[in-house]
Amino acid sequence: MNIDYSTEVSVVEGKPSFGSINDIIAKPTEEFPNKKYLLVLTITSTMLGIGAICLGITFFYGIGMWGNNNPVGWAFDIVNFVFWVGIGHAGTLISAILFLFRQKWRTGIARFAEGMTIFAVMTAGLFPLIHVGRPWLDGYLFPYPNQHGIWVNFTSPLLWDVFAVSTYLTVSFVFWYVGLIPDLATLRDRTVGKIKKAIYSIFSLGWRHSNRHWHHYEIVYLILAGFATPLVLSVHTIVSFDFAVSIMPGWHTTIFPPYFVAGAVFSGFAMVQNVLIFIRKIFNYEHIITVDTLERMNKIMLLTGSMVGYAYGMEFFTAWYSGNPIEMFTFANRAFGDYAWAYWIMVSCNVFFPQLFWVRKIRRYIPAMFVIGVFVNVGMWFERFVIIVTSLSRDFLPSSWAYYKPTIIDIGILIGSFGLFFTLLLLFTRTLPVVSLAEVKAVITGAQPSHKGEHE
Amino acid sequence: MMENKKLFGVTGLFDSPDAIIHAAEKISSDGYKQYDINTPYPMHGMSNAMKLKPSKLGYFALALGLSGTAIAFLFMAWVTNFDYKIVIGGKPYISFPAFVPIIFEVTVLLASVGTVVTMLLLFFRLPNNSHPLHDTNYMKSVSVDKFGVIIEASDKNFDLGKVKSLLTELGAMDISEIYYADEYTSKYKVYTPKFLGFLAVTAVFICAITYYTLNILLYQQPFSWMMNQAKGKVQSASVMFNDNKAMRNPVEGTVAQDYIPYPFKDKPEEAMASLSNPLLPDKATLELGKQRFLTYCSPCHGNFAEGDSRMNGQFPVPPSLHTDKVRNWPDGRIYHIITEGQNLMPSYSSQILRNDRWAIILYIRALQRALNAKEEDLK
Repeated sequence: MNIDYSTEVSVVEGKPSFGSINDIIAKPTEEFPNKKYLLVLTITSTMLGIGAICLGITFFYGIGMWGNNNPVGWAFDIVNFVFWVGIGHAGTLISAILFLFRQKWRTGIARFAEGMTIFAVMTAGLFPLIHVGRPWLDGYLFPYPNQHGIWVNFTSPLLWDVFAVSTYLTVSFVFWYVGLIPDLATLRDRTVGKIKKAIYSIFSLGWRHSNRHWHHYEIVYLILAGFATPLVLSVHTIVSFDFAVSIMPGWHTTIFPPYFVAGAVFSGFAMVQNVLIFIRKIFNYEHIITVDTLERMNKIMLLTGSMVGYAYGMEFFTAWYSGNPIEMFTFANRAFGDYAWAYWIMVSCNVFFPQLFWVRKIRRYIPAMFVIGVFVNVGMWFERFVIIVTSLSRDFLPSSWAYYKPTIIDIGILIGSFGLFFTLLLLFTRTLPVVSLAEVKAVITGAQPSHKGEHE
Repeated sequence: MMENKKLFGVTGLFDSPDAIIHAAEKISSDGYKQYDINTPYPMHGMSNAMKLKPSKLGYFALALGLSGTAIAFLFMAWVTNFDYKIVIGGKPYISFPAFVPIIFEVTVLLASVGTVVTMLLLFFRLPNNSHPLHDTNYMKSVSVDKFGVIIEASDKNFDLGKVKSLLTELGAMDISEIYYADEYTSKYKVYTPKFLGFLAVTAVFICAITYYTLNILLYQQPFSWMMNQAKGKVQSASVMFNDNKAMRNPVEGTVAQDYIPYPFKDKPEEAMASLSNPLLPDKATLELGKQRFLTYCSPCHGNFAEGDSRMNGQFPVPPSLHTDKVRNWPDGRIYHIITEGQNLMPSYSSQILRNDRWAIILYIRALQRALNAKEEDLK
């Protein structure tokens, strides 16, 4: 196969007019949704409802409704938290890190991925809050001057987590909103409805597409990307500190921060890829979110998946090389103990299947990449399950060993978290432009001045 | 055009990026300052064409970030080293490595949010939905696919004819004049009764919601605050025992801790004869006696044992302790009264420790001496 790599392929296929870009991206926000959309929304909101009922039961009767019990004090709640925070990482990676690396192909998917980041972190944030058992006391997580005269423990990884996740949510939201302002202004100038116009006017802040503004705006976008890049790396690092700073065998390892970050990007990209496959089809964005873009995402999944696979191997090597019998037992127990089934689901989904992306045809064949993406997400969920549950269920004291089993409430809350995420996502696709208008217009062939005679 | 309208500027539209860049270069080199270029997306090279100075927002980001660093570190150092000193994990109070994650997060938070707010509010003067350009055909074109230029009437080189011919010469289409109503000049229409009323209603509404949430809602089920627990509470009924009492009586013959039987019950004379004060009237003992006296005795006998408490007149008058009778009683007699009670005075044996009773007596002696000082006390 001869592929010409000497010229960069245009991000947007063909050369659509700016007007047609406007029309096609604004279309979902302007028409009444069709039956398929409503059907999917019904399904996701039913899932959300199941989660809400299970949460209500949890609040009323207490977290005894969950499967958590000594010694497995962290289970589905924390597994889901780490999983969803990880999903969020792809969005910031796409919008910030790829921006710094000047990867233009990110423009078609950045807005959507950023939206996913926000919804995923919102979903994730729910879990520590309900995990505390009495969520109406969650205010105590934040350092505020109180009548008890006490302060939070600034040296605890759990508090770092509070800061990391809330900062991450805030900064992601700001990043997302800054990108949305020009597009909201475009929608404001497009819309005919009075109420819609009022809403768009308020949220576009009166943006005028002025180049005196674009001049600063681009710098700020760069600054935000510069801040968000270390931030996204720090968030999953700090999440991994929740485990690595403890002394639990299987948790207490220095490989965790990079390993968690790679895993987060891995699962996040799988989720973004899965959802985008539907979005580009339903809304006819095939020429904006091209197969080339999806292929590039699959390459990143191949890279991060291999990093995760390397980390799995390195954990075993470290356990053996440490000569520590407890550490060795923990890892032998992971692969061959009670939870071996979970371990091998994780390894096959995360390490073996993504390796198929070495084949260019699979990388570009949409049904195949979709299935692999689903596998990756299943595998990454199980990775967190394996790390958290196997270590806790076989801790230092053999007399307290126990086998963790989730209850129906646990499963209901897991379903509810997917319901929450996808419901928010579906509402997002109908209310805001899911592709950045300004950024996509800027990368269409011929959109930038040719600077004739300037570089002679 | 219309009497109450003023000219804001003249606009022209262009079709291609190259044309707008050329127009921007020409207009800026002609010496215009109050002009703007509006394009649907940021255009490479436009800042140079418009001769804009490099953005200063980077310095704001740096300053905000560094202040975030400083605030986070100083705050944590103040909490852990001054306000709430607790040794955690054997680490020093200010354990810098453990502070790094939070310092980093606060730095990023303050820098990114602060920079965006600075840009929007300070640099762009947004939100501003009453700008004359809004709702014009010009704005509707530049937000889609056209590249526009506006030269404002406030520019000191502005001359309607000249500007129009300049735009025509550059090849602009749809050259038109933008007007604005006079009200635009009165910028802030915040202090109108309508808006203030809205603020007041919002304030009342938020207060009501907050009050309801924090004082009423949070005390409903399921927010039980651990009040509902499967256990017997003091003074409550229980189905577990035959007598239906949750509290159990002690086993018969149980003696309270530190209990010593008082051998002189109803025998004040014997108590007088055989008891003597084991304490000496030193400073610590008198302080103790004063404290206990003020707690247990003064409510009836008064702060100086003169029987002048607020019980006086509402109740059989409590006796003064400065009478000759009491002054002449030996300590054992007073001890007996405290222990056993007398007339309306109940026994204080369950409330005041034996040692404290003797200390009270020494304090009473000091009071008596103070009100009936002898010649020799003056020396």
